[in-house]
Amino acid sequence: MAQLTMIQAITDALRLELERDPSVLVFGEDVGVNGGVFRATEGLQKQFGEERVFDTPLAESAIAGLAVGLAVQGFRPVAEIQFFGFVFECFDAIASQAARMRYRSGGRYQAPIVFRSPFGGGVKTPELHADSLEGLFLQTPGVKVVIPSNPYDAKGLLISAIRDNDPVIFLEHMKLYRSFRQEVPEEAYTIPIGKASVVREGTDVTVIAYGAMVHTALKAAEEVEKARGAKVEVIDLRTINPLDEETIIRSVEKTGRAVVVQEAQKQAGVAAEVIARINEKALLSLEAPVVRVTAPDTVYPFAAIEDAWLPDPARVVEGINKVLDF
Amino acid sequence: MSMATKERPEFDTVQILAPDGTVVNPDLMPDLSDDQLRELMRRMVFTRIWDQRAISLNRQGRLGFYAPVAGQEASMIGSEFALNKDDFILPSYRDIPQMVWHGLPLYQAFLYSRGHIHGGQIPEDVHVLMPQIIIAAQCTQTVGVAMAFKLRGEKRVAICYFGDGATSQGDFYEGMNFAGVYRVPAIFFCQNNRYAISVPLHKQTATPTLAQKAVAAGIRGVRVDGMDVLAVYRVTKEAAERARNGEGATLIEALTYRYGPHTMAGDDPTRYRTNEEFSEWEQKDPLIRFRRFLEAKGLWSEEDENRVIEEAKQAVADAIKKADEWMPKQKVTDLIDAMYETLPPHLEEQKAEFAAREGR
Ligand SMILES: Cc1ncc(C[n+]2csc(CCOP(=O)(O)OP(=O)(O)O)c2C)c(N)n1
Repeated sequence: MAQLTMIQAITDALRLELERDPSVLVFGEDVGVNGGVFRATEGLQKQFGEERVFDTPLAESAIAGLAVGLAVQGFRPVAEIQFFGFVFECFDAIASQAARMRYRSGGRYQAPIVFRSPFGGGVKTPELHADSLEGLFLQTPGVKVVIPSNPYDAKGLLISAIRDNDPVIFLEHMKLYRSFRQEVPEEAYTIPIGKASVVREGTDVTVIAYGAMVHTALKAAEEVEKARGAKVEVIDLRTINPLDEETIIRSVEKTGRAVVVQEAQKQAGVAAEVIARINEKALLSLEAPVVRVTAPDTVYPFAAIEDAWLPDPARVVEGINKVLDF
Repeated sequence: MSMATKERPEFDTVQILAPDGTVVNPDLMPDLSDDQLRELMRRMVFTRIWDQRAISLNRQGRLGFYAPVAGQEASMIGSEFALNKDDFILPSYRDIPQMVWHGLPLYQAFLYSRGHIHGGQIPEDVHVLMPQIIIAAQCTQTVGVAMAFKLRGEKRVAICYFGDGATSQGDFYEGMNFAGVYRVPAIFFCQNNRYAISVPLHKQTATPTLAQKAVAAGIRGVRVDGMDVLAVYRVTKEAAERARNGEGATLIEALTYRYGPHTMAGDDPTRYRTNEEFSEWEQKDPLIRFRRFLEAKGLWSEEDENRVIEEAKQAVADAIKKADEWMPKQKVTDLIDAMYETLPPHLEEQKAEFAAREGR
């Protein structure tokens, strides 16, 4: 097994799937010769040729529409949206076209597309690059939204996404691309979409997170345990649409307390949905109201205040203490 | 002071038949058998009658959403007739005739109009996508379909249909630009019926033609008399052949007119069009023109016309009956089932809720 960064694990997944299935195509802005702005597609055009890995003109709406057309024809496009802040340009192709394809055609057509995109804050990108827009797709039936938090998951989930017959939005947190390495098997393996993982076992409080916030939550869990001996369970959602309700509920029933952490703004997002599910299914297990730790409901700020704006371990610790002390 | 805008010569309008049915451009006459010529006429008459019936069914509340097509028959039918059965059509909401002549059963078109899921369950051997509602979204999807044909080395063509209003959308330009860059076998067929709902062409664009917009994308642009079925057939056939030969995409601008309202959902064209303009276009009617041409060749008679009218009325009656009787009626649980290949647990639960309600 090799020690890979998340970006290497992603390249690895793309390579294996391009090898395995001739209907897989990889395209987007700068993904060919340049290997993508983050080098996620490094070397793929060389290996698979310009017909299967190619640069597109600079037009997100057309990239996504192209993917829809190819998918209807039986291809499995993996389209890169260079930064997720640009997804608004593709909204029609994703939400009105791909997500509705199966229904509109009564099952005659499907849209097995993966929309890959870097996103996430804390890396001081220019405006409209880092925004956490995943909540918009939580409210888009017909798509799946996958957000890995580590190299091992990224590879297994991306392979699952490419093999999935529904449109999958695969979000890669920029901060995680190269922040650490992990043992990743060389061969192809899959991790089921729609299944969360319990990354830290605990009995006193459940912290639910995804993407980079999983690491923030883990840090906070350590601190709380050190400070007051409370055992914190941490769940990595891995997929935010559909949500793994079972894992969430089982954990909350066990701990009786929950904190949901997300990078995105507070209102009507993933955390709100998770809390609604907990209220519906496990209200009577709760010892305290569920707390959300999120960014405030403002537009994404310029880089200078990014660090203060994003939830950090201290804020998560505060949230955990709040539910413990209720 | 007025500045004359000079149209580029390559965007002169291709025409074969004059409004009185005489041949003005014999050199361009397509190579069609007498039977094929009669079939073109049959389809246009059939479509005109079906359109009239659909409008009246809509008024009786027996059909759902409907966008009238009278006036545009030559553009729709002439272009579809130039395609092969395995060419792929990406239509807009108005382009139901092309879908049906390409193989979609009429009763399914009616079910689509009523919003029944079976309306979109296109038969395996019919190569069309469901009608597009988002203006110009099909322009980018067409490039994907065409690229698939190119990648597989298939000699097939993807064609999308859209209106003059659609040419203002980014997707129109993005689609053509991609098609140019990738040199894919695609046809962008614009039915310039002069209005996007109520907005006239001169408020849609400052260019004298829509065909010239192809120049910016590096693809071929053609302008054609869209009331002349032979000319439309001719330019589409040529575009398809060029596409099949690897010569790239074409934008076709067909000059046409819709006689009826934009859709049956309360549009009143007298608010934005004059009677004079309407009658001017009626003089160019595609059916009258082609009928005169065929009659002069002894290929069409009043009996032929009446036979097709009866045939169309019967076909529409049969199709609406089939749509009425279509089982199963659509349920919310069908909708839930159509969201994903396999149902995630939260939808499983919501499905059970609705199943209980539907069982009641
Ligand atoms: C993206 C989008 N914007 C607006 C509409 C509303 N709308 C429906 S049809 C139409 C006019 C379209 O005109 P045109 O493209 O000329 O086609 P035509 O109806 O004349 O065939 C408009 C504005 C829409 N369906 N989609």
